[in-house]
Amino acid sequence: MKDFIEGIVAPIDRDNIDTDQIIPTEYLKSIKKFGYEDYLFDGWRYKDQGRLGMKKGERKINHEFILNNSPYDESKVLLTRDNFGCGSSREHAVWALRDFGIEVVLASSFGDIFYNNCFKNGVLPLKLKKTEIEKLFSLSTDSPVSISVNIKDKVILFKDKLSIDFDLDNNLAERIIYGLDEIDITLKDSELIKKFEEHRKENNPWIFE
Amino acid sequence: MGYTIYDKLWNEHLIRSYDDGDSLIYIDRHFLHEVTSPQAFEGLKKKSLKPWRINANIATPDHNVPTTRDNKFSIESIEDNISKLQVVELDKNCNDFGIKQFNINSNNQGIVHVIGPELGLTLPGMSIVCGDSHTSTHGAFGCLAMGIGTSEVEHVLATQSLKVRKLKNMRINFEGSIQEGVSSKDIILYLIRTIGTAGGTGYAVEFAGSYIRNISMEARMTICNMSIEAGAKVGLVSVDDKTIEYVKKHSSLESNLINDAIKKWKNLTTDKEAMFDKEIDIDVSKINPQVSWGTSPEMVIDFNEKIPSSSIFSAEKRKSLDLAKNYMGLSDNQELSDLDFDKVFIGSCTNSRIEDLREAAEVLKGQKVSENIQEAIVVPGSGMVKEQAEKEGIHKIFIDAGFQWRAPGCSMCLGMNPDQLSPYERCASTSNRNFEGRQGNLGRTHLMSPKMAALTAINGRIVKEI
Repeated sequence: MKDFIEGIVAPIDRDNIDTDQIIPTEYLKSIKKFGYEDYLFDGWRYKDQGRLGMKKGERKINHEFILNNSPYDESKVLLTRDNFGCGSSREHAVWALRDFGIEVVLASSFGDIFYNNCFKNGVLPLKLKKTEIEKLFSLSTDSPVSISVNIKDKVILFKDKLSIDFDLDNNLAERIIYGLDEIDITLKDSELIKKFEEHRKENNPWIFE
Repeated sequence: MGYTIYDKLWNEHLIRSYDDGDSLIYIDRHFLHEVTSPQAFEGLKKKSLKPWRINANIATPDHNVPTTRDNKFSIESIEDNISKLQVVELDKNCNDFGIKQFNINSNNQGIVHVIGPELGLTLPGMSIVCGDSHTSTHGAFGCLAMGIGTSEVEHVLATQSLKVRKLKNMRINFEGSIQEGVSSKDIILYLIRTIGTAGGTGYAVEFAGSYIRNISMEARMTICNMSIEAGAKVGLVSVDDKTIEYVKKHSSLESNLINDAIKKWKNLTTDKEAMFDKEIDIDVSKINPQVSWGTSPEMVIDFNEKIPSSSIFSAEKRKSLDLAKNYMGLSDNQELSDLDFDKVFIGSCTNSRIEDLREAAEVLKGQKVSENIQEAIVVPGSGMVKEQAEKEGIHKIFIDAGFQWRAPGCSMCLGMNPDQLSPYERCASTSNRNFEGRQGNLGRTHLMSPKMAALTAINGRIVKEI
């Protein structure tokens, strides 16, 4: 069960960060679901061009990039701006965030497909108001801060300086808290799907040719 | 009260709704390719599950395949071992589960969003998903089509259904006639420039208006294809005679069946009284050829405009503009026509159909690619497009001009195969994304229509006049 997340905020002050930036195409050649931690934000994190299979130790590190510096290399919360995760549907983007250790992404909006993909992998994308995002940037930009995210009570806290209530549907919250397997849940409706399918076949036989 | 086409498609596929606002919808067609499917098949095997309805699934390798291959090519000939593994894995999974695959040697292999419609596998009224964001392309046929993630690919394989939330309705009315030299690519780029890359987020977008009614199915596909670049995972066009004519030509269904189907398909239009959550009117007669200058598909200007000066934008916007200029090697107020290009790519699921190739070939007839261009490639979207182009002699025009005539695949749109930009190379590309590193590490992409790409190939630069 995961209903409380506490960690250092890594601010990346850019909007429209697309999934090609979160993980470049080269690493989509993997057939595995794990092992993407060293490729997160690859184009910004390193000064050389990587290949699938290369480890962080073999690369030329860009020390100006926030996630390469302590304590941000252990951040659990990513803070960014508008339209995070736009572009390609690659779930590898979420796998890379997850494998790096990011558990929460705070942004003013998200790409639709990325947003859905997050909940399948225990990464919590939280849509906040622009003013709240701005406040979080001003708090976390100069020195590292650690915030807590209480998923049950739907509130973000930073000491006595900040308290932000967020909206999150209960079913989405539960997916993060309990990590439920959606296929198992849907298969409980097998009979319903079968019936629907038979009916559809009767009325639209050309689809089933 | 009337219904939008999206409402109709939604109701037609709704299996059940849950208390929390989610719904379960039935999936008619599932396209698979080698990049976003291996983890889904692995998950299926781990759970000892089988695909729910085998013949709903159609697979083809497109992202990793080398485009320099010939008839004798086999999977083993792929030089990049990691790419090869992915193609091998798709082959294995399709064989293990009995899924129909157009493999690397098939004449019908091609970019999944190009082969679906041309093989009659995309039919009006279908719900269609694929682990690829450009699945919105199929919306041109009045389909409920959207891109999904790999977990959802697994879910669809296992349950023939998808858990989603209903989107809001938006309609874009494109009215008027376009100017000479303008194509559907310019229209969609103009829209993205206008509403931004998040403008359609949360919406199913219907493209309507006299312009849409007048254009071909190929042009409609180009527009629906890039609805995701405007943030909308679903893009749609209501069914009309053009849709039905295209499907009749490409489908192998028996005539009785197709006649029954047509009766139903004719209802796949938005009702007159239907209400939209948002509606935008655009006069297409004022639109010029569009070219992207930056690193987001909303960073687009007219072909004869200057790079926008950052100072006129808000501090928040200025930052992304400056980052983009820096990446693209540009300065304020520079003319697009001052930039020297290194490569030209005509292809991708946006612009690799026969009509696109004809458009480019018309410009290239009797012309030569500029000496300053190091490489110009044409990658037809499918085996069928390639064959048709060769029948028409279009390939000869490209080859005579100095283009390389390649085999079908996604190619340099994202460079998973060897077709890539080297650092700092500038490319005129008919693809859909100009993100940093999209066509190769540190490569610089300018999105444009096939016609503009062909003109850029001849001149080595963006032309000032057309």
